[in-house]
Amino acid sequence: MSAPDVPGRAPGAPAHAPGAPGRARPRPGEHPERPFAITLDVGSSLANRTGAWRSERPQYVRRLPPCNNACPAGEDVQRWLYEGESGGEGYERAWRVLVRENPFPAVMGRVCYHPCETECNRCQLDEAVGINSVERFLGDEAIARGWRLPAPGPASGRRVLVVGAGPSGLSAAYHLALRGHSVTVKDTAAEPGGMMRYGIPAYRLARAVLDAEIARILALGIELRCGERVGDLQSELRDGHYDAAFMAVGAHVARNVEIPGGTAAHIVDAIGLLHGLAEGERPQLGRRVVVYGGGDTALDAARSARRLTGAEPVIVYRRTRERMPAHPEELQQAQEEGIAFRWLSTIVAAGDGTPGDGTPGDAVGAELEARADGGAGASGAAAAEPAVTLRIERMRLDEQGMPQPTGEYEQLDADSVILALGQSSDLSLLGGLPGVRVRDGVVEVDERMMTGYPGVFAGGDMTPGERMAAVAIGHGRRAARCVDGWLRDVAVEPPPRGELAGFDALNTWYYADAPRTVRPLLEDVRRQSTFEEVVKGLDEDSALYEARRCLSCGNCFSCDNCYGVCPDNAVLKPGPPGEPYAIDLDFCKGCGMCAAECPCGAIEMIPEEI
Amino acid sequence: MTHFYQTGTFAVGNRLLDEDAASVQADPARANSITKGHRACQGCGEALGARYALDAALRASGGQLIAANATGCLEVFSTPFPESSWRLPWIHSLFANAPAVATGIAAALRAQGRTDIRVVGQGGDGGTVDIGLACLSGMFERGDDVLYICYDNEAYMNTGVQRSAATPPAARTATTEPLGTHPGNAFGQGKNLPLIAMAHELPYVATATVAELRDLERKVERAMQLHGARYLHVLVPCPLGWGSATADTINIARLAKESGLFPVFEAEDGRVVRVSPIRRQVPVEDYLRRQQRYAHLFAGAGRPDVIAQLQASADRNIARFGLLADGGEEPAERDGELLDVLATSALTGTPPLGAQAGERGPS
Repeated sequence: MSAPDVPGRAPGAPAHAPGAPGRARPRPGEHPERPFAITLDVGSSLANRTGAWRSERPQYVRRLPPCNNACPAGEDVQRWLYEGESGGEGYERAWRVLVRENPFPAVMGRVCYHPCETECNRCQLDEAVGINSVERFLGDEAIARGWRLPAPGPASGRRVLVVGAGPSGLSAAYHLALRGHSVTVKDTAAEPGGMMRYGIPAYRLARAVLDAEIARILALGIELRCGERVGDLQSELRDGHYDAAFMAVGAHVARNVEIPGGTAAHIVDAIGLLHGLAEGERPQLGRRVVVYGGGDTALDAARSARRLTGAEPVIVYRRTRERMPAHPEELQQAQEEGIAFRWLSTIVAAGDGTPGDGTPGDAVGAELEARADGGAGASGAAAAEPAVTLRIERMRLDEQGMPQPTGEYEQLDADSVILALGQSSDLSLLGGLPGVRVRDGVVEVDERMMTGYPGVFAGGDMTPGERMAAVAIGHGRRAARCVDGWLRDVAVEPPPRGELAGFDALNTWYYADAPRTVRPLLEDVRRQSTFEEVVKGLDEDSALYEARRCLSCGNCFSCDNCYGVCPDNAVLKPGPPGEPYAIDLDFCKGCGMCAAECPCGAIEMIPEEI
Repeated sequence: MTHFYQTGTFAVGNRLLDEDAASVQADPARANSITKGHRACQGCGEALGARYALDAALRASGGQLIAANATGCLEVFSTPFPESSWRLPWIHSLFANAPAVATGIAAALRAQGRTDIRVVGQGGDGGTVDIGLACLSGMFERGDDVLYICYDNEAYMNTGVQRSAATPPAARTATTEPLGTHPGNAFGQGKNLPLIAMAHELPYVATATVAELRDLERKVERAMQLHGARYLHVLVPCPLGWGSATADTINIARLAKESGLFPVFEAEDGRVVRVSPIRRQVPVEDYLRRQQRYAHLFAGAGRPDVIAQLQASADRNIARFGLLADGGEEPAERDGELLDVLATSALTGTPPLGAQAGERGPS
């Protein structure tokens, strides 16, 4: 047997790679009295650079986890869960990653409809990771421990006006302040928060939490002027010497429908009701409340009415439960609280209870008459006369899923009717701002969130898109980045989005089975009368457990699998736990086992150029 | 503190685990008893299995370990003279005599009063179940203080994939071509060496695969706690001989176990005391389809009859070893409590050895 042919080794050169044991090899022929082979000392196989066999090389990648992809606020969910998994000091690190994008973790940990969880790959294994509940835990920890937001960058000398102190405006203000701009926020309401304060009932979002997170943002040196209406943006910009503006006035104007025969006294709009509640009003709704609409606002109004009246409201909605735009979690909680539903129903008319009143057509009058006769006999004096009697038409869904009238009618008594049929924006501040286009009641913006008027940006509910707080926060963040670019006259490229880490990218064998932790709920009885928060937070153990259920899709979480499964010891661990691994390309044969056995799909095999 | 980590003990390690709960292979300073530069094929299960087992044995023996190796792939790819990949005292003599060499080393150490140094014998399935069986049986029968580890890749791979007595039925090898009415290796032949070892009433016999590192390491550690002749049989898929993708080695080992074709168990003093339950059961077809050596079962109209026979042998293993026993959902657990969890699924109802020894092995 002859000495192995090792490329690159000169005859007589030491056979050993650095660090290999053994002694230098004698030159062939040095001991002519002995056969060649036994003149050789033991050498190490380290001399044999098997990396030359390779046709593919492993490469660590960061793929886009579906939660991050789904987050309207642009959070790096996977990363903050990763930090949170350490527990202890990891919570603050996690929170700091979280607030890089979203300054409202405690609020969003309560009110967000968490599309991240809908998209979570863990859904296909057992149940989604409770991302929202961990976010809330981190947000609450931050408030309890007084963690402060990062300090603003060096002052730019530029002034930016933000119109609207809702989630979008405050998010923009936060991100602009971090970039060193001087920010003034104006809002017509008495207190900041926008829909977070005036739209979301207190049982979903405790006001102390909202106040704490807003105060923390304002502490960055943002000027807040409440109770100030911006009547005309153009003159405001000129007079205030602002260099740019971000408009986020929201959508606070209730959209109404004409209900024949309805009188203003008994018909209120949901958004007005919720606004009043936020300001401490306790309106008299009577015991029989009918809410008309099928969105989240309808549920908020109905659940608030439940607490105000002590009785169970009825929601009238023209389509089916499945087609209701409200989020399923809210719907379920509403049903738990005893809210009743009339699906496939529209209100066609209202009367004051006297036959024929306000309701066109004789047939209606006759029906109401019949009801009045029967009703008086049955309920006697105990039941008070209803303020209105609603004429309800049954609907059916056509093949496109659109509700169509059936010509069948029913009646419903009500003391008050709450309309929750959507909201629109008050765009009067635009005045005649040249170049700004409004379509379908919302302001058009380009990919930078800028309107047609240079330097004026817009976001949140007044622009196209889904109307929810997380979207508004994302708009604010994106707009701030673009306002900053505009002020500095640099092009702002959207951050690169990696390849999506789908379920197929995972090797789920390695994940331990772990069902989801459910957040405790307030007892039913206390949900009937108080505005106490319904959904409670997780305790630390549960939050940590929940964070650790994260599959870390597409991003290395240091499980050591690649390091362990390489048959050639070619994966290196140069740093302490948590630091990246490295591939020793001198010895990696390119078998691909590391990539195949990576639980989270963070290794890709790249063809070598041969 | 919630003792839960994303991966439990399924993965090699985890940055959040305490050091003493981590696997040997997760250790940045692990022995790497077989170092890089060896000439095993891409994705070699044997190179991996040998490192897993010997690194664990080195840790268990405090680094005082000598290995005697039979001829075979493991020897050839690790020691083309004058290079060696071994980072422990290691000797190769002949194909047939590795157990006898190991016995001799153990005897010499005993004579010198060196109780601190432990001995491992090792080889592939050819060197173990065929060529070295006489020496191995002698070592078992005398109770020599050696842990013998067989890395089973189910044929003579080094010389070009010839059938061994560990080759499973229907598998194509160079000497069991997929021809005739009974293509591939015959049914009803072969030796089940774990059961043969059990028949010697050894203090410890276990099977393992490269797909369950923690289980393998724990078994090596347990074996090293004991003295006398001990036997460990590790399934190590061979991409070359099995015709599988190089990246698929661990996956195939996992499917062998999850289908029931390769039962993973432990036996003490001749009786099965624990099994590693199936966690996500798969039909044998999922295992077979990934390997070219079974391609003839799926060509053309296929051989559903043969596949059904293989499924029947997997089902027999499942019934015989209780592989679907409760606890199947959580084999490996939190914080290194694997041993305890597995202990709870111990097969107390398994018949004593005598009843089993008369039966033919599952292959």
